[in-house]
Amino acid sequence: MASPKIDPSLKKHAGDGDGPLYAETVMIHPRTVKGTFRNWKWAAMIVLLAIYHIAPFLRWDRGPDAPNQAILADMTGRRGYFFFLEIWPQEVYYITGLLFLAAIALFFMSSLAGRIWCGFFCFQTVYTDLFMYVERLVVGDRAKRMALDRAKWSADKLAKKAVINIVWLIISASCGIGFTLYFGDAPTMLKDIFRGAEDSAVYGTIAVVGGCCFLLAGYAREQVCLYMCPYSRFQSAMFDEHSLIVTYEEWRGEPRKPIRKTETFENRGHCIDCKMCVTSCPTGIDIRDGMQMGCIGCALCIDACNTMMDKFNLPRGLITWDSSANLAAREKGEKTRIKLVRARTIIYVAIIAAVSGLMIFGLSSRKSFDIAVQHERSPLFVQLSDGSIRNGYTVKILNMVREEREFEVTVSGIDGLGLTVVGGKAEGAKATLRVVPDDVGAFNVFVTAPADKLQGKRTPLYFTLRETAKGGSNRLESLFAGPER
Amino acid sequence: MATIEKDSVSGQNTTGHEWDGIKELNTPLPKWWVYVFWATVLWAIGYWVAYPAWPLVNGYTKGSLGYSSRGELDNELAAQKKARSAWLSKIEASDVAAIEKDKDLLRYAMAGGKIAFNENCAPCHGVGGVGAFGYPSLADDEWLWGGALADIEQTIKFGVRNTNANSRQSEMPKFGADGLLKPEQIAAVSDYVVSLASKAPAKGSAGETVYAENCAACHAEDGAGNKDLGAPALNNQIWLYKGTKDAIAAQVAKPKHGAMPAWSERLDASTIKMLAVYVHNLGGGK
Repeated sequence: MASPKIDPSLKKHAGDGDGPLYAETVMIHPRTVKGTFRNWKWAAMIVLLAIYHIAPFLRWDRGPDAPNQAILADMTGRRGYFFFLEIWPQEVYYITGLLFLAAIALFFMSSLAGRIWCGFFCFQTVYTDLFMYVERLVVGDRAKRMALDRAKWSADKLAKKAVINIVWLIISASCGIGFTLYFGDAPTMLKDIFRGAEDSAVYGTIAVVGGCCFLLAGYAREQVCLYMCPYSRFQSAMFDEHSLIVTYEEWRGEPRKPIRKTETFENRGHCIDCKMCVTSCPTGIDIRDGMQMGCIGCALCIDACNTMMDKFNLPRGLITWDSSANLAAREKGEKTRIKLVRARTIIYVAIIAAVSGLMIFGLSSRKSFDIAVQHERSPLFVQLSDGSIRNGYTVKILNMVREEREFEVTVSGIDGLGLTVVGGKAEGAKATLRVVPDDVGAFNVFVTAPADKLQGKRTPLYFTLRETAKGGSNRLESLFAGPER
Repeated sequence: MATIEKDSVSGQNTTGHEWDGIKELNTPLPKWWVYVFWATVLWAIGYWVAYPAWPLVNGYTKGSLGYSSRGELDNELAAQKKARSAWLSKIEASDVAAIEKDKDLLRYAMAGGKIAFNENCAPCHGVGGVGAFGYPSLADDEWLWGGALADIEQTIKFGVRNTNANSRQSEMPKFGADGLLKPEQIAAVSDYVVSLASKAPAKGSAGETVYAENCAACHAEDGAGNKDLGAPALNNQIWLYKGTKDAIAAQVAKPKHGAMPAWSERLDASTIKMLAVYVHNLGGGK
């Protein structure tokens, strides 16, 4: 893959001897194009922004004591809610699974259709596109924007720049506010944010997220893709010769040169060197140089080139979304075919299926309660006056249901065990414990065993937790410490 | 060797340095990078002004915000104290038995008692009340001065064998050192105590007679001890100074006596209450 083309302005500054301290940023003002891919991009932007801003307002009834927001990351209550799912902090591995699925889905997407994520769905692309749309409404297309940038400061320029930046700030603020609404009850939060009644952490988050949106989509733009985003650096590892990528059909386009109306396309390539593909590119690259890191696969150059091809009555697709295998086949006049089922795609689908299966299994088989037992280390064990040995444990019972429940804890594994609970009731080797709704109950439990029944320094001991009302139990192995024999 | 040359592919100058045949391009920094760099410099300068930063001959620059980590700690301690005061005032108002019956108060007292215990009691009695040679275990079920909640509170408040007027006092005679018993009598009574501990007292032995005449008054006929006198039970497996015959004989001849400070002279009433509840629930409370 070729490195991004060095901008000519760089060469100018990098004179003899030591170069300049820094490179001048060249603001890229892409030309607006019309076409299929542009339409898809608008559609993707509308759908994505709608999901992002509407999702926090979806409701999901969970009963009187629980929040009724469908998607909610409740930081103070330490719960994650996603429709029917309620995730406790110790179950955060479901998030890990989700992130893993997202990563593999990204690789899968790339192996099929190149950087379709970058070009159409990435939030950087979506917001940059939206910000450019604002510029176009206020100033006009590429030429007018470039002219305005070059122009001396005047009241007109100041007004236009001010309007652009204010609209950008409004969009950025809504982006930041939209983000915070996932962390609290959205309708009340929205009201509180505008009333000035929210926590400073909320305003801080809005400032950081909104500020990043403003800076990255407004001013950093393609530099995010080129310098900050790691994905552009390893995307080529996801491609093979059957991946659909944005390519220039060099065999058909070259030799390129401008054309006059009177000339024909005999003995020359179809590329008329109009630079429409270059000027419409949001990252400012020339796709005719081949696949490169700077290409985000947005396919706007295809729309631009097709427009020109139509004007000259040439077949479309001089720049096209196709695989490099098809590109080679077409050059030789062979049949082209899109090969979606390949070892690479099969492996990705298999990984996605396996991880989703694992997660579904984990979610469907999880219990509404759990037990955790910690053996007391100081003292490791205590000898009682009758010679028997006693161990202390901290037993934690998770009640993941929103009602108070009664649990029965039984110890087994050694003959003649006795159980006592601080502040609770126990009989023989059995204790009945109550845990308040949606909480963890921690109990100090003492287990007594006759010294002659122990196996020495450590004897296995089993805790069994049973829910009194509905049954269902959970067994856990721990140990009983005793004196060395 | 620094030779600047032009790279033919990119048209960039090299830095002139060469490492194993590899030359670095003198590519200019991105503008945003330079801006970020200067922003961090400005931030650092602002930080010097706002926060304590530079050491001076007799101190340091205080910073315009007047911040100090000591002050922050004071604020946090004050906030903690305020947050705790609701619980502590409840504990202050209730007696230990009532604390233990209230589920929430019990939980608070157990947590607070544990911290106070680790700070004040653990050096002698061990973390978790495990005890040590000469320092009674607080986690087992033998209590020299009684294991009821009120007894424990009393012991913590006034201590054992100290100068406090209410402190628990008692001493075992030095049967050997003061010549009250002959060495063979001591040996015999030690044998008897060992047999007593294993619940099979050697009936009719010489030791039994010595025991009945000299020891039973405090340690009781069957060796059950006497909590009012702080006389330990001798008929069980728990020993403060080891339960072997030699150790028992040494204790009869010239007894060691542990002492404990009166904690009411150092700790406030609510801390002592929390300590009593905590110790009572270490596992051995009666």
